[in-house]
Amino acid sequence: MSIDKKTVEDVAHLSRIELGEKELEKLSGQLEHILAFIDKLSSLNTENIAPTNHILPLNNVLRKDEPQSSLPIKKTLQNAPEKQGNSFVVPKVIE
Amino acid sequence: MKYEAVIGLEVHLHLNTRTKAFCGCSTEFGKEPNTQVCPVCLGFPGSLPVYNQAALDYAIKVALALNCRVQEYTKFDRKNYFYPDLPKNYQVSQYDLPLSVHGFLDIELNGQLKRIGITRVHMEEDAGKLIHQENASLVDFNRTGIPLLEIVSEPDINSPEEAYEYLAMLKSTIQYLDVSDCDMEKGSLRCDANISLRPAGTKILGVKTELKNMNSFKGVKDALSYEIRRQAEMLDSGEKLRQDTRLWDAKAQETIAMRTKEGAKDYRYFPEPDLPPFIIKEDKIAEIKKTIPELPKEKMQRFIKDYGLTEYVAKILVASKQGALFAEECLKKTTDKNIKSVANWIIGPLSALTSSTCAIHELNISADNLAGLVDLVENEKIISNLTGKIVLEEMCKTGKTAKAIVEEKNLAQISDSQSLNSIIEEAIKENPKSVADFKAGKANALMFLVGQVMRKSSGKANPKVVQELIRKRLANA
Ligand SMILES: [Zn+2]
Repeated sequence: MSIDKKTVEDVAHLSRIELGEKELEKLSGQLEHILAFIDKLSSLNTENIAPTNHILPLNNVLRKDEPQSSLPIKKTLQNAPEKQGNSFVVPKVIE
Repeated sequence: MKYEAVIGLEVHLHLNTRTKAFCGCSTEFGKEPNTQVCPVCLGFPGSLPVYNQAALDYAIKVALALNCRVQEYTKFDRKNYFYPDLPKNYQVSQYDLPLSVHGFLDIELNGQLKRIGITRVHMEEDAGKLIHQENASLVDFNRTGIPLLEIVSEPDINSPEEAYEYLAMLKSTIQYLDVSDCDMEKGSLRCDANISLRPAGTKILGVKTELKNMNSFKGVKDALSYEIRRQAEMLDSGEKLRQDTRLWDAKAQETIAMRTKEGAKDYRYFPEPDLPPFIIKEDKIAEIKKTIPELPKEKMQRFIKDYGLTEYVAKILVASKQGALFAEECLKKTTDKNIKSVANWIIGPLSALTSSTCAIHELNISADNLAGLVDLVENEKIISNLTGKIVLEEMCKTGKTAKAIVEEKNLAQISDSQSLNSIIEEAIKENPKSVADFKAGKANALMFLVGQVMRKSSGKANPKVVQELIRKRLANA
């Protein structure tokens, strides 16, 4: 699978990271290399093997619907870069 | 050209569990911002979600009530996107192995039964709430992680009226299950719509628009009606429709295109590694099936059959579960002869006394007392319909029986001619013109005179007897 600059740009946008021209070049090559490595898996014959949806042999892990105490507001907002009253403040977002 | 609308609805429903989907934070509505949060629902690294047993049970209950096939193997997936109301930057949802598929809901419109397919009912979690200010947005994560169901209909809906009916039936059915309060104002039920048009009678797929931001069933209906007009005008003038997302502006009564970036909707779903799958066995399904009560559609059909009610009346009576229980108690306590009257009293004067905070079964009126009132009006003709309504209001305030109120307030209807004749004489003397008009053959004049007598008797005169007496009196004059 070849990874062109456009694909790296798209993935960078989805991850909300900014990449310079040089980084884009470098990463296309690196990602291509990584994917080629992972692609070795497709050489395996998996015809009679059910898809793995989860790596642990567990199912139906549930908890009772019983309230637990939540965090005190001071702790909740402790790492907030900006806060106002009880709320986290973020740059204005309107779709 | 004549077009047919093709509509699919996507409903998001809060489950009324006590705690959130994946943590023990309370789901109580209306608390101070960010007081019902913890490392799990704030998406802190290293925290581990565990799903709520009640949420799973409720979800299965809804799926079964909507005639869906519950899948034996189901799992959660991550739906990835960036938005500040989503602290993990992914929403836990379901993708390729949803909880349930292939259901349906029957709706009735103008006496016609129509089956609307339900593609899937799956489990997910809600996001937080953003409050936009001038220069910044505030984030409240109390709602983050509240268990949600997504109920997706097939594009089987062909008009705004059908969409409204589908939503009303869906809400009624879910309320019978006691798993959600379905309150659109509180956001516990939300609805998005997909709509496209095609030339009537064809199977061509049109370009579809996604509609958002409707906050009432009427809003959904209005937005769809607007969109049908807008799309039809564009198609007629040969313009090309764009596949876009539009927001309903209830004030302006129009839809506005949302600016969306190309390729922004790449959700990159993958299995949620923090949550192991569920295996739902037959015995579990059977156990939950037992907890599903008689649903509104069946109840309506039974009311029509057992009590001889019309579809119109039965449909109103069964709209809410508690209301239907009250109605049936009243119907059971009534003689066969009075059943229709009692039903009409319930959907008419009694419903008029309800409010958003006081439902019909919460009024201070017992089934016995209502039956007693209807008996006084219908059988014994002791009070008129009009007085009956006054008595009903008094019953609501005091909880007394109709009989007691009629006696106490001296409301019994005057039907004997002796008491009425003197009032009639008075009315005739005071209104010579009406008398002349009546003699000249004007039927309205008689009703006017009856009205005068009713007024003079403070509404207590029996209007039928009065009419008869005036007729006789004037014939002899
Ligand atoms: Zn929490």
